[in-house]
Amino acid sequence: MRSLWLQVAAVTAINLKSITQRRWLSLSTVIAIALVVIVLLAFLAMANGFQRTIAGSGADDIAIVLRAGSQAEINSTVSRDQVRLIEDGPGIARGSDGKPLISPELYLVVDGIKRTTKTKANLPLRGIGEQGSELRKGINITAGRMFNRGSNEVVVGKALLREFEGLDLGSTVSFGATRWNVVGVFEAGGSVFESEIWADLSVVQSLFNRNNIVQTVRARLTGPAALNELKSYSDNDPRLKLDVKSEAAYFAEQASQTSDLIQKLGWPLAIAMALGAIAGALNTMYSSVASRATEIATLRAIGFGGFPAFVGTLAESLLLAVIGGLLGAAATYLIFDGVTASTLGGNFTQVVFDFKLSPWLIAEGVMLALIVGLIGGLFPALRAARLPIVESLYAN
Amino acid sequence: MTAQHPMVRLAGVAKRFTKGKEMISIFDHLDLAIPRGDFIAVMGPSGSGKTTLLNLLGGIDRADAGEITVADQRIDGLSEGELAAWRAANIGFIFQFYNLMPMLTAAQNVELPLLLTRLRKKERAERVQTALSVVGLADRMKHRPREMSGGQQQRVAIARAIVSDPNLLLCDEPTGDLDRQSADEILSILQLLNGELGKTIVMVTHDPAAANYAKRVLHLDKGRFVERELAA
Repeated sequence: MRSLWLQVAAVTAINLKSITQRRWLSLSTVIAIALVVIVLLAFLAMANGFQRTIAGSGADDIAIVLRAGSQAEINSTVSRDQVRLIEDGPGIARGSDGKPLISPELYLVVDGIKRTTKTKANLPLRGIGEQGSELRKGINITAGRMFNRGSNEVVVGKALLREFEGLDLGSTVSFGATRWNVVGVFEAGGSVFESEIWADLSVVQSLFNRNNIVQTVRARLTGPAALNELKSYSDNDPRLKLDVKSEAAYFAEQASQTSDLIQKLGWPLAIAMALGAIAGALNTMYSSVASRATEIATLRAIGFGGFPAFVGTLAESLLLAVIGGLLGAAATYLIFDGVTASTLGGNFTQVVFDFKLSPWLIAEGVMLALIVGLIGGLFPALRAARLPIVESLYAN
Repeated sequence: MTAQHPMVRLAGVAKRFTKGKEMISIFDHLDLAIPRGDFIAVMGPSGSGKTTLLNLLGGIDRADAGEITVADQRIDGLSEGELAAWRAANIGFIFQFYNLMPMLTAAQNVELPLLLTRLRKKERAERVQTALSVVGLADRMKHRPREMSGGQQQRVAIARAIVSDPNLLLCDEPTGDLDRQSADEILSILQLLNGELGKTIVMVTHDPAAANYAKRVLHLDKGRFVERELAA
């Protein structure tokens, strides 16, 4: 057994040391594999960044109330009477003034212009109730001030401001037939709310003719466990045909739909490219075996077995794949990690997020590279192991 | 002893090749006995089967019929794995174009056959040093093949062939790629290995001057041997 490993180590070392003799072919394989990994990791980083932004938005101790069966805020409606019934529901925290911490909200789509492409995109305008800002944690006005209630003023999330034009502090924007003053910029801990525009609920209702209707109600709970109390209260009242879920659960659902879609686009594309890279790796490794045929045959004549030739060839292929994989991961990190992008979220409005690579995603990229290397090296390695000694000895 | 147990014994060996639809017979019924300690030069026209004979003796090619016994071992029935192990223990190959690993040093090239043994690293290093000393290259251990002349490379190949102390050295045109002076040096080393260390050597050559270094010359023609004794 010791001898076998010495043989394997020797043949592997010979193969690896001879890579420089095939440097251009080897380099083309490394680049092809790196490109595959870049494409895959770019998509995965996009999905991951999107998911982190959306899923990181919700809190466990905030309940979101929607019309029964509504998948998203945009297609939900909650009447004024239902809002009043929820205010009296159990498990809802109260402020120092004794009022329940709830925020009826309207969620509307308005037009915006992307800074980079100058194209139109859907932006979310959220009309929030009096407690809308307080009941969410981590909301800070970073520039300007909060809008005054009863006026046509808006505050803009800082991610949205970065990606879309015309929303700068002090500017005036037109939503529908009304003009609005941008009086503040807010941050929300990197959550999806930073991709929104907020205004006073009553003004939005009035100017968009939605006087007696809201779309959702957010309520701060006395604790995460209080969610079930509010749920059963809603389920047992025939006037409340509503879904009650935690904000965290709601955003997790929203995130998974879009990130799944991104991943479903990314993997097939990466796999299609991987097939091309496998062809390249096969070509490189068959050339490697052909150029080393006399060396392999000489070692076999000396008494080396076929197995070390097999392992040595496979090791060369896997080494090229690992180099390609790591190169691809490094390139993706340098090019994409932290890059801000926006895409349509579950409410058909733009969500601004950052591409985010993680160690696990890099591992996935390198694994794909290794699979390319394994398949690309397997058949040439079998050829190396079965090389006819006599023909190969005299091949050159 | 040598009469009963020759180093090499071929009995009724046949070897055929298929070329297109045509079957070409190299040997039909070849018999041969080579005593231990002999040094034989095999000559003959191109295509007469000299190299094929060497490959059969070295267990890297298979006969279509007959028995091949080398160093008291019937090798015609061994599996590929058994043959590889047998070659490692019994055969030293010397090729016309040296067949060294270009990226390894002389010492690393010579060490290769020892990786197939149970020897420890220190013992392997000692053996490598000894083998390179025998061929006069103890001072070239760390040189790579491209840093050496053809004659020096062939000497490294000889060191590789003898380092595991094999029973039989098989040389395929060992001086075919060398100038006269280098060729004479190589042949002198082979003669030394035969005379001083008792190695049995079978050398294929086209060169009558090289054949003169052997104890016997076998002419192979049309699948049969014609022997010619040489003066020592």
